Amino acid sequence: MADTSNTTTRPAPGADVTTAEDDVVAGVRTDEARVAIPGMTQEGEKLATEHTAGDDSEVEVTIRRDPKKPAGNSRAERTASYDLADFPELTGREEDFRFTPLKRLNGLHTSDLTGEAPSVTVSGTDLVTVETVGRDDARVGSAGIPEDRLSANAWAHFSQATVVTIPQEVEVDQTISVEIKGTHTDPAAQHVIIDAKPFSKARVVLHHSGTAVVSQNVEFTVGDSANLTVVSLQEWQDAGTAHASAQHAKLGRDARFKHVCVSLGGDTVRVTPSVRYTAPGGEVEMYGLTFVDDGQHLESRLFVDHSQPNCVSRVTYKSALQGRAAHGVWVGDVLIRPEAEGTDTYELNRNLILNDGPRMDSIPNLEIETGLIAGAGHASTTGQLDAEHLYYLMSRGIPEVEARRLVVRGFLFEILQQIEDEGIEARLREVVEAELSNADH
Amino acid sequence: MSTLEIKDLNASVLLDEDNSKQILKGVNITINSGEVHAIMGPNGSGKSTLASTIAGHPKFRVDSGSVRLDGEDVLEMSVDERARAGLFLAMQYPVEIPGVTTSNFLRSAKTAVDGEAPSLRTWTKDVKAVADRLKMDPTMIQRNVNEGFSGGEKKRMEIMQLELLKPKMALLDETDSGLDVDALRVVSEGVNRAKEENNLGVMLITHYNRILRYIKPDYVHVFNDGRIVEQGGPELALQLEEEGYDNYVAAAR
Repeated sequence: MADTSNTTTRPAPGADVTTAEDDVVAGVRTDEARVAIPGMTQEGEKLATEHTAGDDSEVEVTIRRDPKKPAGNSRAERTASYDLADFPELTGREEDFRFTPLKRLNGLHTSDLTGEAPSVTVSGTDLVTVETVGRDDARVGSAGIPEDRLSANAWAHFSQATVVTIPQEVEVDQTISVEIKGTHTDPAAQHVIIDAKPFSKARVVLHHSGTAVVSQNVEFTVGDSANLTVVSLQEWQDAGTAHASAQHAKLGRDARFKHVCVSLGGDTVRVTPSVRYTAPGGEVEMYGLTFVDDGQHLESRLFVDHSQPNCVSRVTYKSALQGRAAHGVWVGDVLIRPEAEGTDTYELNRNLILNDGPRMDSIPNLEIETGLIAGAGHASTTGQLDAEHLYYLMSRGIPEVEARRLVVRGFLFEILQQIEDEGIEARLREVVEAELSNADH
Repeated sequence: MSTLEIKDLNASVLLDEDNSKQILKGVNITINSGEVHAIMGPNGSGKSTLASTIAGHPKFRVDSGSVRLDGEDVLEMSVDERARAGLFLAMQYPVEIPGVTTSNFLRSAKTAVDGEAPSLRTWTKDVKAVADRLKMDPTMIQRNVNEGFSGGEKKRMEIMQLELLKPKMALLDETDSGLDVDALRVVSEGVNRAKEENNLGVMLITHYNRILRYIKPDYVHVFNDGRIVEQGGPELALQLEEEGYDNYVAAAR
């Protein structure tokens, strides 16, 4: 497998900067910011924009050259607003839309999203409260704020929101099921809020099925010391479905949040999970499993915003791709702000290309604004099955077809195990099996 | 009673798409059930290439010669067919396979080799018994194949498979390397058991005499520059231990 691994630091604001007005003699600076060793700054080594290419993968780095004029692609500078007017019409050239096929969004970025939203049915326990509220409810916007036009357009047009509240100190053993079912392709907006009160513990499954053209905002408030697991399953019918889902999590002190994103069905699906910490001690695990078939575009763009000290994040996303014009996109933005000392983060993306035809874009993007961290890293690999793995299994008598199956299933099922609900895991294993048998792996 | 017959085997390693290098230069050896043949030789003499070529590793190409197991042409078979025909290669460097549990792997291999799934009750017992005898941590069965195993654990895992899959012929590729004395004894006992119980034929590839104190060879072959240059009984191994390979290496120059 091609291996791409990189870490980038950029100087803290106010550190070594170069501007046209600086004192320069014969090309060498003479002022305070003079660099003794080329490539080194007072902050340490300034990495070049390394580009260790794997299969269609790249690493983006951000080096701020002038604190007064921040580089446009730093995640910290991204527009965040509830007002659609703050987001210009999309051209497809924007950094965060450069892989998304806008035409196939069926108007989610241009239309008034006035279609009827997919139905929402909550079941599984009577320990939680379920409400349908209007736009003016105080909880709307308590965990999230749109960061792209799709999300802002949904925010501008949703008419009511479903709010699921897990009361304080309540631990729910049963999985809370949120069935989201679409029945038509008129562009629609949807809003769902999951509010896990302090010291509560629950697992919520958002199961998307049917046919829809929908842009969603889903807000997760994870209260102090609460423990919330969210599983978002995209199992739409392939034909005609376009789904944009901005999933915003906000963590309180010592809160734990686990997010498992499984994208299997739909013509065009773009899930953008983001996590923000409001107090120290938060822990986040994010997992993703994407299976991209012929002609599908399945995109995951996540953002972990470390703005508080001593928080942890772990990201593991995997994809399998097969067939012509199958396109997978994974972008993992992790930002460690200057105040987020003691941060511990690692993100991993692994992609398995099963036959000729698919395309995978994988971009880990790590911005570090403080040196006082516990750890930060990322890795991305995209490749085909390892020939040595197959040889080993076959040398024990296992036929090639079955050896491939074993390795592929092992690769994918590791993510499903994170759901920790055997019934759901078993059903999804069957779905993945069916996808695999389409191409006889 | 089985026979593995290797005749005038010439093989090359494929370096890249255009280049290859001949390693095996006319190997002849016949191994019968119940016999242990030690193949001894200096590093780089082609011993491991011999084992990998017989097992069918895609990195090696047979240029001429034949390999037959009970008259069947092994070279015509795919890697998995060779294993199902009764060949087993204990690898020098077994790979780690993420996401595939040892338990699932062993059951799949047993099913493939036997042509039917093992009875669930006796299988679990068999696996546990073999693991016990090889002094392996019983929880390793739940771990992914070789993942995070130490060098010694990987070698035991190879011998565990040898005992469970019950092949006709085993090729042991430097199974002794990297093992401490206790592990070497445990692993050797496993090989001896497989020989006793299944009348296994063994090609034991090694650089050192050490393992031959635990697994008694019937024949010793000295390997150098891609061919067998001397043959004898167990006494040849002792002679090699005292004199080293220098005579043979010098003779080849």
